[in-house]
Amino acid sequence: MSINVKTFARLADAAGALSSERGARFFAGGTLLMHTINDANPEVETIVRSTDPSFLHLSVSSGRIELGAGVTMAAILAEHDLAFLHPAARVVGGPAVREAATVGGNLFARTPFGDFATALLALDAVATLAGGLGERELPVEELLSRRDRGVLLVAAVAFKRPAADVFRFLKVTRVHPKGISVLTIAAQLPLVGGRVAGARIAYGAMNSMPMRAKTAERALEGRALDAAGVAPVLAVAAESTAPVDDPIASAWWRKAILPIHLRRLLLGEANA
Amino acid sequence: MKTPIQFRLNGEEVATFAEGGANLLDTLRETIGDLSVKGGCWHGSCGACTVLIDGAPRLACMTLAETVAGRSIETTAGLRQGAELHPLQTAFMEHFAAQCGYCTPGMLMAAKALLDRNSSPSREDVVDALGGNICRCTGYEPIIQAVLDAARGYRRSA
Repeated sequence: MSINVKTFARLADAAGALSSERGARFFAGGTLLMHTINDANPEVETIVRSTDPSFLHLSVSSGRIELGAGVTMAAILAEHDLAFLHPAARVVGGPAVREAATVGGNLFARTPFGDFATALLALDAVATLAGGLGERELPVEELLSRRDRGVLLVAAVAFKRPAADVFRFLKVTRVHPKGISVLTIAAQLPLVGGRVAGARIAYGAMNSMPMRAKTAERALEGRALDAAGVAPVLAVAAESTAPVDDPIASAWWRKAILPIHLRRLLLGEANA
Repeated sequence: MKTPIQFRLNGEEVATFAEGGANLLDTLRETIGDLSVKGGCWHGSCGACTVLIDGAPRLACMTLAETVAGRSIETTAGLRQGAELHPLQTAFMEHFAAQCGYCTPGMLMAAKALLDRNSSPSREDVVDALGGNICRCTGYEPIIQAVLDAARGYRRSA
């Protein structure tokens, strides 16, 4: 069955079409949607695209980072000023996938995919949603919880640049260099007087979508990043997680190894 | 609905019609007749269909055909210059880097994308560049060695 492809110069118009056209799906890099199309899934009747330059806009300043939702993992890897994000962008598929995979698309990737979304969650990113009636902002955490309900067209994400060495990322896979996630951990670990103040930890592949590790965050508050300091955090590391069994790992295994890798990340022993 | 598209394929202008929703892999093979591009999974998992679009590696099966309008595409069919094989093709032969050969076109193009921008890659660079390409025959080592060897040829010809 042939599919209608509609291309719009403005994201707002694309969002309008997405809401009004039957069976319409938004096409960014194609790494998610082409699966569905190649499988001849009859649910996709219309592909909506946009050539809006803002979709590819990338802005890096000392305080704030804005990434258009169409910015690719390869574009992030080409940006020196985003070096702290490179470990998260580099693990999204091989080079050919990274040339196509977008920031916005990763927010909708099914578990155990969505490594970059896990990083955005730890960075407390806010998504800008395009709509026929204008734009609105939504924290990525809320976006992830609502991504299966209704039509959401992400135009961009933005977040505060973390201070040097505050952001950490780790992905556990069975195959290197390109493997599907057994689990992913991203964290912001700001220190005040040698103690953690306001940690933000996110897990990937530990639930049906990237999730905050709020119990671990609370347990880490005020503690030093040394073996004694992180021990109580590891005891509650898997709390509220609900990983799935899949061909990559069982839920039991994911829960069992989570504290091991969280420890490595917190103590700075992990290689991203 | 079919959409007319034009692009450069291995340096030659081509014009065709893309079926709505068609991927580049099927368009290259079935409409244009470039059978050097192989389809393995149609899910972006195997890398067999890797081509270069404006010099960057892309999976043809995950690329919407009409998005390549006005762009330049390279496939394995364009590697050889007359009777002269590309240094990567020669190195693959010399290192027995192809067994069944099905993954080879994708491997060659992924490797070309690397060497075109970095003619002195480390082993780690080569492993990363081929990270999206699956080979079930060779165990990868002959392929890695072939790419490292071809890089020496690139440097000599530079």
